[in-house]
Amino acid sequence: MLKIGDVLLVSIQVELEDQVVLELQDDLAARIVDSGASGVVIDITAVEIVDSFVGRMLATTAAISRMLDAQTVVVGMRPAVAITLVELGLSLGGVRTALTLEKGLEILARRDDSRPAQL
Amino acid sequence: MSGLAPVPDAEHESVPIGSNDDVVRARQLVRALAQQCKLSLVDQTKLVTAASELARNTLVYGGGGVMRVGLVHRDGRVGVTAVFEDSGPGIPDVDQALTDGWTSGGGLGLGLSGARRLVDDFTLQTEVGGGTQVAITKWAR
Amino acid sequence: MPEQDTCTRLVELLTAEQESLGAAWVEAVSRTLRGRISLAELDRELRELYAALVEGLRGGGLDWRGDAFGEVRALLAELSRTRARQGFTPTETATSVLAGKDVLAPSEDTSAGDVRAYLHLSKLIDALGLFTLEVYAKTREEIISAQAEQLMELSTPVVKLWEGVVAVPLVGTLDSARTQVVMEKLLQALVDTGSDQAIIDITGVPAVDTEVAQHLLKTVVAARLMGAECIISGIRPQIAQTIVALGIQFGDIVTKSSLADALKHALRRGDAAVVRPGGRA
Repeated sequence: MLKIGDVLLVSIQVELEDQVVLELQDDLAARIVDSGASGVVIDITAVEIVDSFVGRMLATTAAISRMLDAQTVVVGMRPAVAITLVELGLSLGGVRTALTLEKGLEILARRDDSRPAQL
Repeated sequence: MSGLAPVPDAEHESVPIGSNDDVVRARQLVRALAQQCKLSLVDQTKLVTAASELARNTLVYGGGGVMRVGLVHRDGRVGVTAVFEDSGPGIPDVDQALTDGWTSGGGLGLGLSGARRLVDDFTLQTEVGGGTQVAITKWAR
Repeated sequence: MPEQDTCTRLVELLTAEQESLGAAWVEAVSRTLRGRISLAELDRELRELYAALVEGLRGGGLDWRGDAFGEVRALLAELSRTRARQGFTPTETATSVLAGKDVLAPSEDTSAGDVRAYLHLSKLIDALGLFTLEVYAKTREEIISAQAEQLMELSTPVVKLWEGVVAVPLVGTLDSARTQVVMEKLLQALVDTGSDQAIIDITGVPAVDTEVAQHLLKTVVAARLMGAECIISGIRPQIAQTIVALGIQFGDIVTKSSLADALKHALRRGDAAVVRPGGRA
């Protein structure tokens, strides 16, 4: 887990076992609070499959982050993964997505700009 | 359960499904076969995702079981068949279990119905108190 | 007459006048093909077949599925595949085989025994004729599916219209398989070109059915999951009516009447998305 400015970057590199997915979710929530991050980018460029379990984790993580005042953007979803998720019937409701890490960071930066109190 | 056994015995491999590790191993095995029979990338992804859903079902709802997987041939086409078997409680209402959003255990309830949409052939045999067997096949285009 | 005797008699009849009967067969067939295949080639084909048929009868009786007829089946399969590829009709192809019946056709002074033998041969040739047609049909199917695949490749160009905008102009009838291919290509193009705006232009599509409309919808949803937005342009009035009549919800998907309008919209949206620090006030 990397911190760039006030954004936490989580890059998922390995094939995830369910237990690891749940631990990641816990860790991330703790890190948001500790670091005062205002944004989270989850990079899934390397992820070959997203099943309903991982999909649910992404949605839950986004919801938890929102409650902790941080916005989540999922970046780098592969076409085959997106097609499969649609067929599976999973919409990741409420999760922002972006094509690339840069575009994901742009979305978060834009959100910061609009925060009145932030300089 | 020993009903249909769509995987030819000579060619299949078996993986016990008793832990989260095994679910990952099952996925990898299915992926290797999908690549071997040259499924398109999208079809590979669909098949592996379906296998992942079903392997987790076997673990969580069936109390563990086994996956048998192998290549199948029909009418000059090649495909990958995976069969998930457990001797768990079975499914009392199959129609309901295949409905989107229905779940008996905290999930999103997309496992069975979602898996069915991701593959070409899907058969489900279940008996209350006698376990569940789900067989899926994806054919190379 | 037992089968063995029938076969022996047929082999006798066929070999006694192999030369002239073979020639008669070639002659009969060449008339139906009207010079679209060279006489030399036809002669070689049919004489080989003739010889194989005699050998088959000698070795295996009247069972055309048997081992003794392996050579006959191989030759027929080759003949029929060649004909199918060269565009001969099923009738012309089957006639090449069936014309063989005329060669031995009984005349008034044929003995009763020979007539019975002929009837057996006639049945055998009919069976071989059907086999030929089956191979023919199968070959045509292969040709059709190969062409369909080529067509699919040709007819789904994904083009980059502008920095950050890709488009796929769809022309012709969309079936479910083709729509799926388009969807995959388009989504891959988003990644390859780093575009987050996609335009699906269906000006050239005469009609859509439920399945195709669903595929279009799924494409849009999949693109969103990847962080890109789709615009559907060029929806004809009839298609709009169909979609509404089918009860398909296009929801918040942006639709534009022309590709140009869609591009304008995409560019505006693209601008709005890229607000660089210190940029526009």
